[in-house]
Amino acid sequence: MTEFSWKIGGEAGYGIMTSGLIFGKAFVKGGLFAFDTNEYPSLIRGGHNTYTVRVSDEPIFSHSKKIDILVALTKLAVDKHKDEITENGFIIFDQSVFSINDDEIRDDIKLLPLPLTEIATKIGGQAIMRNNVAIGASFGLIDYNFENLVDVIKGIFGGKKGEEVAKTNIDVAREGYNYVLKNFGNLAKSIKMTVKKPIKRMYITGNEAISLGAIKAGCKFYSAYPMTPASSILHFLSSKENDYNIVVKQTEDEIAAIHMAIGASFAGVRSMTGTSGGGFSLMTEALGLAALTETPLVVVLAQRPGPSTGMPTHTEQGDLKFVINASNGEFPRVVVAPGDVNECFYETFNAFNIAEKYQIPVIILTDKFLAEAHSTNDFFVTKHLKIDRGLLLTDEKAKEIKDYKRYENTATGISHRSIPSQTAIFKAATDEHDEYGRLSEEQSDRIIQMDKRFRKLKVIESEIDGVKIYGDEDADINIISWGSTKGPILEAMKIFAEKGIKVRFIQVLYLMPFPTSKIKILLENNKNKIIVENNKTAQLASLIKEHTGIDVDYKILKYDGRPFSPEDIYEKIDEVLTFAKL
Amino acid sequence: MPSFEELTTKERPTWCPGCGDWGILTALKKALVEINADPTKTVVVAGIGCSGHLPQWINTFGFHSLHGRALPVAQAIKLANHELNVIAVGGDGDGYGIGMGHFIHAMRRNVNVKYIVHDNQIYGLTTGQASPTSEKGFKTKSTPHGLIEEPVNPVALALAADCSFVARGFAGDVPHLVKLITQAINHKGFALIDVLQPCVTFNYLNTFEYFYRRVYKLEETDYDISNKEAAFQKAFEWGEKIPIGVFYKKERKTYEDELPQISKEPLVRQKIDNIDISQLIEEFC
Repeated sequence: MTEFSWKIGGEAGYGIMTSGLIFGKAFVKGGLFAFDTNEYPSLIRGGHNTYTVRVSDEPIFSHSKKIDILVALTKLAVDKHKDEITENGFIIFDQSVFSINDDEIRDDIKLLPLPLTEIATKIGGQAIMRNNVAIGASFGLIDYNFENLVDVIKGIFGGKKGEEVAKTNIDVAREGYNYVLKNFGNLAKSIKMTVKKPIKRMYITGNEAISLGAIKAGCKFYSAYPMTPASSILHFLSSKENDYNIVVKQTEDEIAAIHMAIGASFAGVRSMTGTSGGGFSLMTEALGLAALTETPLVVVLAQRPGPSTGMPTHTEQGDLKFVINASNGEFPRVVVAPGDVNECFYETFNAFNIAEKYQIPVIILTDKFLAEAHSTNDFFVTKHLKIDRGLLLTDEKAKEIKDYKRYENTATGISHRSIPSQTAIFKAATDEHDEYGRLSEEQSDRIIQMDKRFRKLKVIESEIDGVKIYGDEDADINIISWGSTKGPILEAMKIFAEKGIKVRFIQVLYLMPFPTSKIKILLENNKNKIIVENNKTAQLASLIKEHTGIDVDYKILKYDGRPFSPEDIYEKIDEVLTFAKL
Repeated sequence: MPSFEELTTKERPTWCPGCGDWGILTALKKALVEINADPTKTVVVAGIGCSGHLPQWINTFGFHSLHGRALPVAQAIKLANHELNVIAVGGDGDGYGIGMGHFIHAMRRNVNVKYIVHDNQIYGLTTGQASPTSEKGFKTKSTPHGLIEEPVNPVALALAADCSFVARGFAGDVPHLVKLITQAINHKGFALIDVLQPCVTFNYLNTFEYFYRRVYKLEETDYDISNKEAAFQKAFEWGEKIPIGVFYKKERKTYEDELPQISKEPLVRQKIDNIDISQLIEEFC
């Protein structure tokens, strides 16, 4: 495997996000694999932003801690990231903005002082285009077809109006590229990247994959209040609302957002809402409303570090036990935590089927890392995807029903659902009710309805496989985790494999209903059970203990607002196991 | 289409005898008969409180939502299927207290939903605490030394939020209320009817007697319902004389009118099998 990592760092407002996307996309375009992750503070201008892109000729699942090329738009970027640079790595920077003294950095690091701003203003007319000069210059260091970059810039600034803009951006990038070839000839094309087989793939984020999954699932109504890191679902779906006939509603608050999603669903339309932890806190009462009225509902919760406002633009997995228990009272729900963009797409599609089939709330639990990082994925295959609306009545079927019991006590707990305009009239009630939906405080009705609702959970349990397993069955190490840590764990497994250590990774995809029996079988009598979670209190470990009685042996936890890198995981596990042997 | 009897449920309401809610339910059913509403295409959405039970006692589709949340549910039902007749009901605590945010935004949005507020100036179901419309100085269980705050003015708020139909009714005058509800339903756009609805158990101040002596009908005076300034003036008339009737009416595009997504057919009837996303997938290459 040949690979390299590239990082651009500077103030917000410098266009770093677009540059990072362009850079990664240019490699995916040519048939390579890219993965990116960004870091930005909660402000509009200033601060320190970074965008890291890892590129490889083989599939990769996360970023890496090490960088080969650092594009430093500010001196701060050099100071903060110089230690991440690999041996013989590069720093590209604007010589007119700052200088780097030899004693500030390691001797092996190659400096490429470039007139970034000068080239940008001379060719492009705008200093802001210096990012593109830097991208071009970075390409000068890589043995790779420059025309892929040209294609991507054309695509991003495409359209009639954008043609001129695209041309200027390409010109400045080309100038940066040529500058490196001309002035740093000995370093030019020193990073070799060969494309084995050029295949068209997607370069997509978790939020985008969720949006696509929702569109494919026939989501016709999305209501949300802006909140990082869920907002890009709102943005994406709004941009497609007229193409796919989706009503996307930005609401006055998250309380309205979830109630609207419930209202639309009650009226017979597949609906979804999305938010982060704070917004979900506001939604919790209505989660119970969806449950008691048995109205299908899909909620995306993209986590960020809490409590309260926490670290708005960073990542964490701190809301697991919250979503499992959120809202007053007891009711069944499904919680699914996709681990990569592929699962984001398919599990979102499934979420709509599950919500309608079982008439319950489904929560898709992601985090900022998964929501916003791009990864390279094969085209989503959609042929086999079938919409399942469960026991939703057709108009004809509704007409045949004489004595309609919306909340009929059935063997599965699932009852026929009619929608307004059909003849099977009913009331959806937030109070406990009888089988007809009439308010009831009778003990017998209460027991019947509680049992009916919970019976559905048993059926779901039998129909959903909540666990995925990777690696060797006779492994020395059993890593257990959930959600976005999947990528870094899979990458860490590559490092273990190089060292000849067998690792098995147990990914808990469905956290509710909890896959108790499967987890029990997998963990019982196994050694070195190591939990990896992006939180402080090892919430999955606590769920495993609650459901199976099994204690994990080690906990690798990270709660600094940043995702795990593969190296982090490898080093921490190596450390605990070494320590254990002492 | 429906008769009054067909709209009446077998179960009788559990409201206190003499409660203003009875008048509102009767008026709503009569108005639905008047406009020939199809009960299967009518959805009554409620929040929590004594008013919240109303959908239970009318033979249409019903959604009993959470406290203060009737409007977001009602608006979404309308957006999902704009061929439905959607009526939201709530109380003063429900709509002007906990649900105040939704109230203002629903009006500026102008989704074609009707909102009937049972305004009894007290919390009834929780046994008598001050509400957002309780009068200053009012002594209740939660304000034994007299309420310090000024009451909210729903009519003035509605006018400020550019509500396209603003009216006030009185539960003690059912025929008049029927007319108001009928007009509201026939109006294209969001309509507010604030209904003076005496709570016979907990509000000893704003009684039927209190209102009988004070209310007068705007339509019986020389009053122009298209004049917003005049409406604002009337909105602040509260004391010896209390105006009821339509304060303001204006034709403006509904939220649904502005959505090309539903211009051909309601969302609910759009096919969702085999939605082709291949073009979207291409965008990510």
